[in-house]
Amino acid sequence: MDSEQILAQLAEKMPGAAISSEIAHDGILNIHTTREQIIDLLQLLRDDAQFGFNFLTTLCAIHYPDNAGQELCVVYHLHNWPQNIRIRVKIFLPKDDPHVPTATGLWPTANWMERQEYDFFGVIFTGHPDLRRILNVDDMEVFPMRKEYRLEDGTRTDKDDRFFGRDGHVGRSFE
Amino acid sequence: MQVKSYFSSLDSIEGELATLNLGPTHPATHGIFQNVLKMDGERIVSAEPTIGYIHRAFEKIAEHRPFYQVTPLTDRLNYCSSPINNMGWHMTVEKLIGCELPKRAEYMRVIIMELSRIADHLVCNTVIGVDTGALTGFTYMFQERERIYELFEEVCGSRLTTNIGRIGGMERDFTPTFHKKLKDFLKTFPARFEEFTGLLERNRIFMDRCIGAGPISAERAMAYGFTGPNLRAAGVDYDVRVMSPYSSYGDFDFIIPVGNQGDTYDRFIVRQEEIRQSLRIIHQAYDNIPEGEYHADVPDFYLPDKPDVYTKMEALIYHFKVVMAEVPVPIGEVWHSVEGGNGELGFYLISDGGRQPYRLHFRRPCFIFYQAYPEMIKGSMLSDAILTMSSMNVIAGELDA
Repeated sequence: MDSEQILAQLAEKMPGAAISSEIAHDGILNIHTTREQIIDLLQLLRDDAQFGFNFLTTLCAIHYPDNAGQELCVVYHLHNWPQNIRIRVKIFLPKDDPHVPTATGLWPTANWMERQEYDFFGVIFTGHPDLRRILNVDDMEVFPMRKEYRLEDGTRTDKDDRFFGRDGHVGRSFE
Repeated sequence: MQVKSYFSSLDSIEGELATLNLGPTHPATHGIFQNVLKMDGERIVSAEPTIGYIHRAFEKIAEHRPFYQVTPLTDRLNYCSSPINNMGWHMTVEKLIGCELPKRAEYMRVIIMELSRIADHLVCNTVIGVDTGALTGFTYMFQERERIYELFEEVCGSRLTTNIGRIGGMERDFTPTFHKKLKDFLKTFPARFEEFTGLLERNRIFMDRCIGAGPISAERAMAYGFTGPNLRAAGVDYDVRVMSPYSSYGDFDFIIPVGNQGDTYDRFIVRQEEIRQSLRIIHQAYDNIPEGEYHADVPDFYLPDKPDVYTKMEALIYHFKVVMAEVPVPIGEVWHSVEGGNGELGFYLISDGGRQPYRLHFRRPCFIFYQAYPEMIKGSMLSDAILTMSSMNVIAGELDA
Protein backbone atom coordinates (compact mmCIF):
# COMPACT_ATOMS: atom_id res chain seq x y z
CA MET A 1 0.00 0.00 0.00
CA ASP A 2 1.71 3.20 -1.10
CA SER A 3 0.82 6.81 -0.39
CA GLU A 4 -1.41 7.19 -3.44
CA GLN A 5 -3.41 4.11 -2.55
CA ILE A 6 -3.83 5.35 1.02
CA LEU A 7 -5.12 8.69 -0.23
CA ALA A 8 -7.40 7.09 -2.83
CA GLN A 9 -8.93 4.78 -0.23
CA LEU A 10 -9.28 7.61 2.20
CA ALA A 11 -11.12 9.72 -0.38
CA GLU A 12 -13.45 6.79 -0.93
CA LYS A 13 -14.11 5.88 2.69
CA MET A 14 -14.14 9.30 4.29
CA PRO A 15 -14.54 11.96 1.62
CA GLY A 16 -13.21 15.33 2.64
CA ALA A 17 -11.14 14.04 5.53
CA ALA A 18 -7.83 14.83 3.92
CA ILE A 19 -7.76 18.56 3.26
CA SER A 20 -4.35 18.22 1.76
CA SER A 21 -1.42 15.88 1.87
CA GLU A 22 2.25 15.83 1.11
CA ILE A 23 5.18 13.47 1.11
CA ALA A 24 7.59 14.74 3.73
CA HIS A 25 11.36 14.96 3.40
CA ASP A 26 11.73 11.50 4.91
CA GLY A 27 9.24 9.91 2.54
CA ILE A 28 6.41 9.63 5.08
CA LEU A 29 2.93 10.66 3.98
CA ASN A 30 1.48 13.62 5.87
CA ILE A 31 -2.28 13.97 5.87
CA HIS A 32 -3.79 17.27 6.95
CA THR A 33 -7.25 17.20 8.43
CA THR A 34 -9.48 19.18 10.76
CA ARG A 35 -10.11 18.76 14.45
CA GLU A 36 -13.77 18.02 13.73
CA GLN A 37 -12.77 14.94 11.76
CA ILE A 38 -9.60 13.88 13.55
CA ILE A 39 -11.04 11.21 15.85
CA ASP A 40 -13.18 9.64 13.14
CA LEU A 41 -10.21 9.65 10.82
CA LEU A 42 -7.88 8.10 13.40
CA GLN A 43 -10.48 5.47 14.16
CA LEU A 44 -10.90 4.65 10.48
CA LEU A 45 -7.15 4.42 10.00
CA ARG A 46 -6.85 2.15 13.01
CA ASP A 47 -9.85 -0.14 12.56
CA ASP A 48 -10.26 -0.43 8.80
CA ALA A 49 -8.63 -3.67 7.68
CA GLN A 50 -7.13 -2.06 4.61
CA PHE A 51 -5.44 0.76 6.51
CA GLY A 52 -4.45 -1.12 9.65
CA PHE A 53 -2.57 1.68 11.38
CA ASN A 54 -2.71 -0.13 14.69
CA PHE A 55 -0.04 1.74 16.63
CA LEU A 56 0.10 5.32 17.82
CA THR A 57 3.85 5.86 17.84
CA THR A 58 3.78 9.33 19.27
CA LEU A 59 1.90 12.58 19.29
CA CYS A 60 3.35 16.05 19.43
CA ALA A 61 2.46 19.69 19.03
CA ILE A 62 4.30 22.39 17.13
CA HIS A 63 3.98 26.16 17.41
CA TYR A 64 4.12 28.29 14.26
CA PRO A 65 3.66 31.84 15.57
CA ASP A 66 3.62 33.35 12.07
CA ASN A 67 0.87 31.07 10.81
CA ALA A 68 -2.02 33.40 11.65
CA GLY A 69 -5.18 31.60 12.73
CA GLN A 70 -3.38 28.24 12.63
CA GLU A 71 -0.61 28.80 15.13
CA LEU A 72 -0.69 25.39 16.76
CA CYS A 73 -0.26 22.08 15.06
CA VAL A 74 -0.83 18.61 16.51
CA VAL A 75 0.86 15.72 14.77
CA TYR A 76 -0.17 12.08 15.22
CA HIS A 77 2.42 9.52 14.15
CA LEU A 78 0.72 6.27 13.16
CA HIS A 79 2.37 3.01 12.26
CA ASN A 80 0.94 0.00 10.46
CA TRP A 81 2.99 -2.87 11.88
CA PRO A 82 1.95 -5.72 9.57
CA GLN A 83 2.92 -3.74 6.46
CA ASN A 84 5.43 -1.41 8.13
CA ILE A 85 3.96 1.84 6.85
CA ARG A 86 4.15 5.07 8.77
CA ILE A 87 1.97 8.11 8.26
CA ARG A 88 1.48 11.38 10.05
CA VAL A 89 -1.85 13.09 10.55
CA LYS A 90 -1.73 16.82 11.22
CA ILE A 91 -4.29 19.29 12.42
CA PHE A 92 -3.86 23.02 12.78
CA LEU A 93 -5.56 25.11 15.45
CA PRO A 94 -5.83 28.79 16.28
CA LYS A 95 -3.91 29.82 19.39
CA ASP A 96 -6.99 31.43 20.90
CA ASP A 97 -9.06 28.26 20.64
CA PRO A 98 -6.68 25.33 21.05
CA HIS A 99 -9.24 22.58 21.52
CA VAL A 100 -8.82 19.08 20.10
CA PRO A 101 -10.90 16.02 20.94
CA THR A 102 -8.89 13.49 22.86
CA ALA A 103 -7.58 10.27 21.34
CA THR A 104 -7.48 8.48 24.69
CA GLY A 105 -10.62 6.59 23.70
CA LEU A 106 -8.71 5.01 20.82
CA TRP A 107 -5.35 4.45 22.47
CA PRO A 108 -4.77 4.64 26.23
CA THR A 109 -1.17 5.60 25.41
CA ALA A 110 -2.45 8.97 24.18
CA ASN A 111 -3.17 9.88 27.81
CA TRP A 112 0.30 11.03 28.84
CA MET A 113 1.24 12.12 25.34
CA GLU A 114 -1.67 14.56 25.37
CA ARG A 115 -0.90 15.68 28.88
CA GLN A 116 2.63 16.43 27.76
CA GLU A 117 1.51 18.54 24.82
CA TYR A 118 -1.01 20.34 27.02
CA ASP A 119 1.76 21.00 29.49
CA PHE A 120 4.13 22.48 26.92
CA PHE A 121 1.87 24.03 24.30
CA GLY A 122 -1.47 24.53 25.99
CA VAL A 123 -3.37 22.36 23.55
CA ILE A 124 -6.61 21.44 25.32
CA PHE A 125 -7.66 17.89 24.59
CA THR A 126 -11.39 17.90 25.27
CA GLY A 127 -12.71 14.75 26.87
CA HIS A 128 -9.33 13.82 28.30
CA PRO A 129 -9.83 12.00 31.61
CA ASP A 130 -7.11 13.82 33.51
CA LEU A 131 -5.70 16.83 31.67
CA ARG A 132 -3.11 18.12 34.10
CA ARG A 133 0.48 19.24 33.72
CA ILE A 134 2.80 16.30 33.69
CA LEU A 135 6.45 17.32 33.54
CA ASN A 136 6.32 20.93 34.67
CA VAL A 137 5.24 22.15 38.08
CA ASP A 138 1.50 22.34 38.61
CA ASP A 139 1.41 26.07 39.27
CA MET A 140 3.25 27.08 36.11
CA GLU A 141 1.31 29.75 34.28
CA VAL A 142 2.76 29.60 30.78
CA PHE A 143 3.09 26.98 28.09
CA PRO A 144 6.86 27.05 27.81
CA MET A 145 7.43 25.38 24.46
CA ARG A 146 5.63 28.15 22.64
CA LYS A 147 8.07 30.19 20.62
CA GLU A 148 7.48 33.45 22.47
CA TYR A 149 9.21 32.05 25.52
CA ARG A 150 12.91 32.35 25.12
CA LEU A 151 15.36 29.94 26.56
CA GLU A 152 17.90 32.55 27.50
CA ASP A 153 17.98 36.21 28.34
CA GLY A 154 16.13 38.01 25.58
CA THR A 155 18.61 40.86 25.50
CA ARG A 156 21.46 38.64 24.41
CA THR A 157 22.58 39.43 20.91
CA ASP A 158 25.68 37.30 20.47
CA LYS A 159 23.62 34.42 19.12
CA ASP A 160 21.62 36.52 16.70
CA ASP A 161 21.48 34.71 13.39
CA ARG A 162 21.17 37.94 11.44
CA PHE A 163 24.78 38.73 12.34
CA PHE A 164 25.76 35.56 10.57
CA GLY A 165 23.97 36.30 7.33
CA ARG A 166 20.95 34.18 8.08
CA ASP A 167 17.41 34.89 9.03
CA GLY A 168 16.96 32.51 11.92
CA HIS A 169 14.84 32.48 15.01
CA VAL A 170 17.11 33.25 17.90
CA GLY A 171 17.06 36.92 18.65
CA ARG A 172 13.96 37.45 16.59
CA SER A 173 11.06 38.89 18.48
CA PHE A 174 7.65 37.32 18.53
CA GLU A 175 4.63 39.24 19.65
CA MET B 1 -14.13 12.87 67.57
CA GLN B 2 -11.54 10.99 65.62
CA VAL B 3 -8.82 13.07 63.97
CA LYS B 4 -7.86 11.81 60.54
CA SER B 5 -4.15 11.37 60.13
CA TYR B 6 -2.38 12.74 57.09
CA PHE B 7 -1.80 9.29 55.71
CA SER B 8 -5.31 7.94 56.01
CA SER B 9 -7.22 8.34 52.82
CA LEU B 10 -10.49 10.24 52.76
CA ASP B 11 -12.49 7.40 51.26
CA SER B 12 -11.07 4.69 53.46
CA ILE B 13 -13.47 2.20 54.94
CA GLU B 14 -13.04 2.90 58.64
CA GLY B 15 -9.36 3.40 58.14
CA GLU B 16 -8.77 0.13 56.35
CA LEU B 17 -7.29 1.74 53.27
CA ALA B 18 -4.06 3.61 53.76
CA THR B 19 -2.30 6.06 51.50
CA LEU B 20 1.37 5.39 51.00
CA ASN B 21 3.89 7.61 49.33
CA LEU B 22 6.31 5.46 47.37
CA GLY B 23 8.99 7.93 46.48
CA PRO B 24 9.88 10.51 45.17
CA THR B 25 13.18 9.41 46.65
CA HIS B 26 13.25 5.85 47.75
CA PRO B 27 16.14 3.42 47.35
CA ALA B 28 13.86 0.79 45.84
CA THR B 29 12.61 2.93 43.00
CA HIS B 30 16.07 3.48 41.47
CA GLY B 31 15.29 7.02 40.47
CA ILE B 32 13.08 9.93 41.29
CA PHE B 33 9.55 8.66 40.80
CA GLN B 34 6.64 9.25 43.08
CA ASN B 35 3.72 6.89 43.34
CA VAL B 36 0.91 7.66 45.70
CA LEU B 37 -0.46 4.23 46.48
CA LYS B 38 -3.74 3.38 48.05
CA MET B 39 -3.09 0.27 50.08
CA ASP B 40 -5.36 -2.36 51.50
CA GLY B 41 -2.94 -3.95 53.92
CA GLU B 42 -0.06 -4.88 51.64
CA ARG B 43 -2.12 -4.94 48.46
CA ILE B 44 -2.25 -2.03 46.08
CA VAL B 45 -5.74 -0.75 45.37
CA SER B 46 -4.68 2.06 43.08
CA ALA B 47 -1.59 4.03 42.18
CA GLU B 48 -1.07 7.57 41.00
CA PRO B 49 2.34 8.23 39.50
CA THR B 50 3.84 11.71 39.47
CA ILE B 51 6.73 12.31 37.11
CA GLY B 52 8.87 15.23 36.01
CA TYR B 53 11.22 15.47 38.98
CA ILE B 54 14.27 15.62 36.74
CA HIS B 55 12.71 17.36 33.77
CA ARG B 56 15.36 19.43 32.00
CA ALA B 57 13.43 20.84 29.02
CA PHE B 58 15.49 19.06 26.37
CA GLU B 59 13.00 19.76 23.62
CA LYS B 60 13.18 23.47 24.37
CA ILE B 61 16.96 23.52 24.69
CA ALA B 62 17.27 21.61 21.42
CA GLU B 63 15.50 24.46 19.63
CA HIS B 64 18.39 26.70 20.64
CA ARG B 65 21.35 24.49 19.84
CA PRO B 66 23.10 23.64 16.59
CA PHE B 67 22.58 20.04 15.55
CA TYR B 68 25.89 18.79 16.88
CA GLN B 69 25.18 20.33 20.29
CA VAL B 70 21.95 18.37 20.60
CA THR B 71 23.95 15.14 20.90
CA PRO B 72 24.94 15.73 24.55
CA LEU B 73 21.26 16.26 25.35
CA THR B 74 20.43 12.84 23.96
CA ASP B 75 23.12 11.35 26.22
CA ARG B 76 21.00 12.25 29.16
CA LEU B 77 17.80 10.58 27.99
CA ASN B 78 18.44 6.92 28.67
CA TYR B 79 21.81 7.31 30.33
CA CYS B 80 22.24 3.55 30.63
CA SER B 81 22.69 3.30 26.88
CA SER B 82 23.76 6.77 25.74
CA PRO B 83 25.50 5.65 22.54
CA ILE B 84 22.23 4.39 21.06
CA ASN B 85 20.63 7.77 21.70
CA ASN B 86 23.63 9.62 20.25
CA MET B 87 23.68 7.55 17.11
CA GLY B 88 19.91 7.67 16.71
CA TRP B 89 20.20 11.44 16.67
CA HIS B 90 23.14 11.42 14.27
CA MET B 91 21.19 9.20 11.90
CA THR B 92 18.25 11.60 12.10
CA VAL B 93 20.42 14.50 10.99
CA GLU B 94 22.06 12.33 8.34
CA LYS B 95 18.63 11.48 7.01
CA LEU B 96 17.83 15.19 6.84
CA ILE B 97 21.01 16.14 5.01
CA GLY B 98 20.96 13.01 2.86
CA CYS B 99 24.27 11.60 3.96
CA GLU B 100 25.27 7.99 3.26
CA LEU B 101 27.77 6.41 5.58
CA PRO B 102 30.56 4.06 4.55
CA LYS B 103 29.93 0.47 5.61
CA ARG B 104 32.80 0.55 8.07
CA ALA B 105 31.29 3.45 9.97
CA GLU B 106 27.94 1.68 10.12
CA TYR B 107 29.51 -1.53 11.41
CA MET B 108 31.45 0.44 14.01
CA ARG B 109 28.21 2.02 15.14
CA VAL B 110 26.52 -1.37 15.36
CA ILE B 111 29.32 -2.68 17.58
CA ILE B 112 29.04 0.32 19.90
CA MET B 113 25.26 0.25 19.98
CA GLU B 114 25.10 -3.45 20.78
CA LEU B 115 27.70 -3.04 23.51
CA SER B 116 25.55 -0.36 25.06
CA ARG B 117 22.48 -2.53 24.75
CA ILE B 118 24.33 -5.20 26.71
CA ALA B 119 25.29 -2.61 29.34
CA ASP B 120 21.69 -1.39 29.53
CA HIS B 121 20.19 -4.86 29.88
CA LEU B 122 22.85 -5.85 32.42
CA VAL B 123 21.81 -2.97 34.64
CA CYS B 124 18.15 -3.85 34.35
CA ASN B 125 18.50 -7.58 34.90
CA THR B 126 20.96 -7.36 37.75
CA VAL B 127 18.72 -4.82 39.45
CA ILE B 128 15.80 -7.22 39.15
CA GLY B 129 18.08 -9.61 40.99
CA VAL B 130 18.84 -7.02 43.66
CA ASP B 131 15.16 -6.31 44.18
CA THR B 132 14.50 -9.99 44.71
CA GLY B 133 17.31 -10.14 47.23
CA ALA B 134 20.17 -11.41 45.06
CA LEU B 135 22.95 -8.84 45.24
CA THR B 136 25.82 -11.05 44.12
CA GLY B 137 24.93 -11.12 40.43
CA PHE B 138 24.77 -7.36 40.43
CA THR B 139 28.28 -6.95 41.78
CA TYR B 140 29.64 -9.50 39.29
CA MET B 141 27.95 -8.02 36.27
CA PHE B 142 28.87 -4.47 37.15
CA GLN B 143 32.46 -5.49 36.60
CA GLU B 144 31.50 -6.50 33.07
CA ARG B 145 29.61 -3.27 32.56
CA GLU B 146 32.73 -1.48 33.68
CA ARG B 147 34.63 -3.19 30.87
CA ILE B 148 32.06 -1.98 28.36
CA TYR B 149 32.53 1.53 29.70
CA GLU B 150 36.26 1.16 29.26
CA LEU B 151 35.59 0.34 25.63
CA PHE B 152 33.48 3.49 25.25
CA GLU B 153 36.22 5.45 26.94
CA GLU B 154 38.65 4.13 24.39
CA VAL B 155 36.42 5.26 21.53
CA CYS B 156 35.25 8.66 22.70
CA GLY B 157 36.93 9.53 25.98
CA SER B 158 33.90 9.39 28.22
CA ARG B 159 31.94 6.62 29.83
CA LEU B 160 28.39 7.29 30.87
CA THR B 161 27.24 10.32 28.91
CA THR B 162 29.29 9.46 25.90
CA ASN B 163 28.56 12.01 23.16
CA ILE B 164 29.99 9.29 20.95
CA GLY B 165 30.41 9.58 17.20
CA ARG B 166 29.74 12.54 14.98
CA ILE B 167 27.19 13.56 12.41
CA GLY B 168 28.57 11.67 9.42
CA GLY B 169 30.34 8.82 11.17
CA MET B 170 32.67 8.17 14.05
CA GLU B 171 35.16 10.72 15.34
CA ARG B 172 38.12 8.33 15.06
CA ASP B 173 38.87 4.79 14.07
CA PHE B 174 39.03 2.05 16.68
CA THR B 175 42.36 2.20 18.46
CA PRO B 176 44.63 -0.84 18.96
CA THR B 177 43.72 -0.82 22.66
CA PHE B 178 40.07 -0.94 21.74
CA HIS B 179 40.65 -3.97 19.54
CA LYS B 180 42.54 -5.67 22.33
CA LYS B 181 39.92 -4.89 24.95
CA LEU B 182 37.02 -5.83 22.72
CA LYS B 183 38.57 -9.17 21.82
CA ASP B 184 39.20 -9.81 25.48
CA PHE B 185 35.63 -8.86 26.34
CA LEU B 186 34.15 -11.09 23.66
CA LYS B 187 36.28 -13.97 24.85
CA THR B 188 35.61 -13.76 28.58
CA PHE B 189 32.20 -12.13 28.88
CA PRO B 190 30.01 -15.07 27.76
CA ALA B 191 31.32 -17.42 30.47
CA ARG B 192 30.90 -14.80 33.19
CA PHE B 193 27.45 -13.95 31.92
CA GLU B 194 26.49 -17.61 32.07
CA GLU B 195 27.59 -17.63 35.72
CA PHE B 196 25.07 -14.87 36.33
CA THR B 197 22.50 -16.79 34.32
CA GLY B 198 23.17 -19.83 36.47
CA LEU B 199 22.51 -17.83 39.60
CA LEU B 200 19.08 -16.61 38.56
CA GLU B 201 17.45 -17.99 35.44
CA ARG B 202 16.32 -21.33 36.86
CA ASN B 203 16.59 -20.34 40.50
CA ARG B 204 13.44 -21.53 42.25
CA ILE B 205 13.24 -18.58 44.64
CA PHE B 206 13.83 -16.08 41.87
CA MET B 207 11.26 -17.72 39.60
CA ASP B 208 8.62 -17.88 42.30
CA ARG B 209 9.23 -14.24 42.96
CA CYS B 210 9.08 -13.07 39.34
CA ILE B 211 6.60 -15.29 37.55
CA GLY B 212 3.24 -13.58 37.49
CA ALA B 213 4.53 -10.29 38.90
CA GLY B 214 3.25 -7.27 37.00
CA PRO B 215 1.89 -9.00 33.89
CA ILE B 216 0.45 -7.24 30.85
CA SER B 217 -1.27 -8.77 27.85
CA ALA B 218 -0.03 -8.22 24.31
CA GLU B 219 -3.17 -6.25 23.42
CA ARG B 220 -2.87 -3.91 26.38
CA ALA B 221 0.85 -3.52 25.81
CA MET B 222 0.28 -2.41 22.22
CA ALA B 223 -2.56 -0.10 23.23
CA TYR B 224 -0.26 1.46 25.81
CA GLY B 225 2.42 2.02 23.18
CA PHE B 226 4.91 -0.49 24.58
CA THR B 227 7.97 -1.19 22.47
CA GLY B 228 11.24 -2.93 23.12
CA PRO B 229 11.83 -5.77 25.58
CA ASN B 230 8.69 -4.97 27.57
CA LEU B 231 6.52 -5.46 24.50
CA ARG B 232 8.43 -8.52 23.35
CA ALA B 233 7.98 -10.10 26.78
CA ALA B 234 4.24 -9.85 26.14
CA GLY B 235 4.70 -11.82 22.93
CA VAL B 236 4.90 -9.26 20.11
CA ASP B 237 8.04 -9.49 17.99
CA TYR B 238 8.33 -5.82 17.10
CA ASP B 239 11.92 -4.65 16.87
CA VAL B 240 12.97 -1.52 14.98
CA ARG B 241 16.27 -3.15 14.03
CA VAL B 242 14.34 -5.71 12.00
CA MET B 243 11.28 -3.71 11.02
CA SER B 244 13.12 -0.70 9.59
CA PRO B 245 16.79 -1.68 9.54
CA TYR B 246 19.17 1.22 10.01
CA SER B 247 22.94 1.28 10.10
CA SER B 248 23.24 -2.03 8.17
CA TYR B 249 21.33 -4.09 10.74
CA GLY B 250 19.94 -6.00 7.77
CA ASP B 251 23.38 -7.60 7.30
CA PHE B 252 23.30 -9.48 10.56
CA ASP B 253 21.67 -12.70 11.59
CA PHE B 254 19.94 -12.54 14.96
CA ILE B 255 16.63 -13.53 16.46
CA ILE B 256 14.05 -11.46 18.33
CA PRO B 257 13.32 -13.24 21.59
CA VAL B 258 9.72 -13.05 22.75
CA GLY B 259 7.95 -14.08 25.92
CA ASN B 260 4.31 -14.93 26.35
CA GLN B 261 3.16 -13.81 29.80
CA GLY B 262 4.41 -10.24 29.80
CA ASP B 263 5.39 -10.58 33.45
CA THR B 264 8.60 -9.74 35.26
CA TYR B 265 10.14 -13.14 34.59
CA ASP B 266 9.49 -12.87 30.85
CA ARG B 267 10.94 -9.39 30.74
CA PHE B 268 14.02 -10.71 32.52
CA ILE B 269 14.40 -13.68 30.17
CA VAL B 270 13.85 -11.56 27.05
CA ARG B 271 16.62 -9.20 28.14
CA GLN B 272 18.89 -12.14 28.96
CA GLU B 273 18.43 -13.53 25.47
CA GLU B 274 18.86 -10.12 23.89
CA ILE B 275 22.26 -9.87 25.53
CA ARG B 276 23.25 -13.13 23.84
CA GLN B 277 21.85 -11.91 20.52
CA SER B 278 23.72 -8.64 20.88
CA LEU B 279 26.91 -10.62 21.35
CA ARG B 280 26.12 -12.51 18.16
CA ILE B 281 25.66 -9.22 16.30
CA ILE B 282 28.92 -7.83 17.69
CA HIS B 283 30.77 -10.98 16.60
CA GLN B 284 29.33 -10.76 13.10
CA ALA B 285 30.01 -7.05 12.79
CA TYR B 286 33.51 -7.27 14.21
CA ASP B 287 34.55 -10.29 12.16
CA ASN B 288 33.27 -8.77 8.93
CA ILE B 289 34.12 -5.15 9.53
CA PRO B 290 34.94 -3.70 6.11
CA GLU B 291 38.01 -1.69 5.34
CA GLY B 292 37.53 1.94 4.48
CA GLU B 293 36.75 5.28 5.97
CA TYR B 294 35.16 5.61 9.39
CA HIS B 295 33.19 8.67 8.36
CA ALA B 296 31.34 9.99 5.36
CA ASP B 297 32.70 12.72 3.14
CA VAL B 298 30.57 15.57 4.47
CA PRO B 299 32.94 18.47 5.13
CA ASP B 300 29.97 20.71 5.93
CA PHE B 301 29.16 18.68 9.04
CA TYR B 302 32.16 16.54 9.87
CA LEU B 303 35.10 18.33 11.50
CA PRO B 304 38.33 18.21 9.51
CA ASP B 305 41.48 16.65 10.99
CA LYS B 306 42.94 18.89 13.64
CA PRO B 307 46.47 19.03 12.12
CA ASP B 308 44.89 20.17 8.85
CA VAL B 309 43.03 22.93 10.65
CA TYR B 310 46.38 24.35 11.78
CA THR B 311 48.04 24.13 8.39
CA LYS B 312 45.42 24.33 5.65
CA MET B 313 43.17 27.29 4.89
CA GLU B 314 40.35 25.13 3.53
CA ALA B 315 40.26 22.96 6.64
CA LEU B 316 40.29 26.02 8.89
CA ILE B 317 37.30 27.49 7.07
CA TYR B 318 35.35 24.27 7.33
CA HIS B 319 36.25 23.89 10.98
CA PHE B 320 34.88 27.35 11.66
CA LYS B 321 31.76 26.74 9.64
CA VAL B 322 31.04 23.43 11.36
CA VAL B 323 31.57 24.81 14.85
CA MET B 324 29.49 27.92 14.19
CA ALA B 325 26.89 25.78 12.37
CA GLU B 326 27.02 28.11 9.40
CA VAL B 327 25.98 25.46 6.93
CA PRO B 328 22.59 25.49 5.24
CA VAL B 329 20.48 22.42 5.91
CA PRO B 330 17.43 21.28 3.93
CA ILE B 331 14.01 22.45 5.02
CA GLY B 332 11.71 19.63 5.95
CA GLU B 333 10.67 17.15 8.56
CA VAL B 334 12.31 13.86 9.37
CA TRP B 335 11.35 10.94 11.55
CA HIS B 336 13.95 8.45 12.55
CA SER B 337 13.72 5.78 15.18
CA VAL B 338 16.19 3.31 16.58
CA GLU B 339 15.78 0.35 18.89
CA GLY B 340 16.92 1.82 22.18
CA GLY B 341 17.54 -0.17 25.31
CA ASN B 342 13.90 0.25 26.25
CA GLY B 343 12.18 0.33 22.91
CA GLU B 344 11.54 2.54 19.95
CA LEU B 345 13.43 5.76 20.51
CA GLY B 346 12.22 8.21 17.90
CA PHE B 347 13.36 11.64 16.80
CA TYR B 348 10.94 13.92 15.00
CA LEU B 349 13.00 16.78 13.63
CA ILE B 350 11.50 19.78 11.91
CA SER B 351 14.05 21.91 10.17
CA ASP B 352 13.34 25.37 8.82
CA GLY B 353 16.80 25.59 7.31
CA GLY B 354 18.13 27.31 10.40
CA ARG B 355 21.15 26.43 12.43
CA GLN B 356 19.11 24.70 15.09
CA PRO B 357 16.02 22.49 14.92
CA TYR B 358 12.76 24.39 14.57
CA ARG B 359 11.19 21.66 16.66
CA LEU B 360 12.60 18.42 17.94
CA HIS B 361 10.33 15.87 19.55
CA PHE B 362 11.71 12.81 21.25
CA ARG B 363 9.61 9.68 21.38
CA ARG B 364 10.86 8.35 24.69
CA PRO B 365 9.82 4.75 25.26
CA CYS B 366 10.01 5.01 29.07
CA PHE B 367 7.66 7.96 29.16
CA ILE B 368 5.16 6.11 27.03
CA PHE B 369 5.13 2.74 28.76
CA TYR B 370 5.39 3.99 32.32
CA GLN B 371 1.76 5.14 32.17
CA ALA B 372 0.71 1.48 32.18
CA TYR B 373 2.37 0.99 35.55
CA PRO B 374 -0.72 1.65 37.74
CA GLU B 375 -2.69 -0.88 35.73
CA MET B 376 0.09 -3.45 35.95
CA ILE B 377 0.46 -3.27 39.72
CA LYS B 378 -3.19 -2.96 40.64
CA GLY B 379 -4.12 -5.72 43.06
CA SER B 380 -0.56 -6.88 43.54
CA MET B 381 1.64 -6.79 46.61
CA LEU B 382 3.82 -3.78 47.31
CA SER B 383 6.99 -5.82 46.89
CA ASP B 384 5.82 -6.99 43.46
CA ALA B 385 5.24 -3.40 42.46
CA ILE B 386 8.88 -2.60 43.20
CA LEU B 387 9.93 -5.59 41.16
CA THR B 388 7.64 -4.65 38.28
CA MET B 389 9.12 -1.18 38.17
CA SER B 390 12.68 -2.43 38.01
CA SER B 391 11.80 -5.01 35.36
CA MET B 392 10.21 -2.32 33.18
CA ASN B 393 13.57 -0.53 33.34
CA VAL B 394 12.11 2.93 33.76
CA ILE B 395 15.03 5.32 33.41
CA ALA B 396 14.30 8.69 34.97
CA GLY B 397 16.29 10.60 32.37
CA GLU B 398 14.25 9.20 29.52
CA LEU B 399 11.00 9.46 31.44
CA ASP B 400 11.35 13.15 32.21
CA ALA B 401 13.48 14.41 29.28
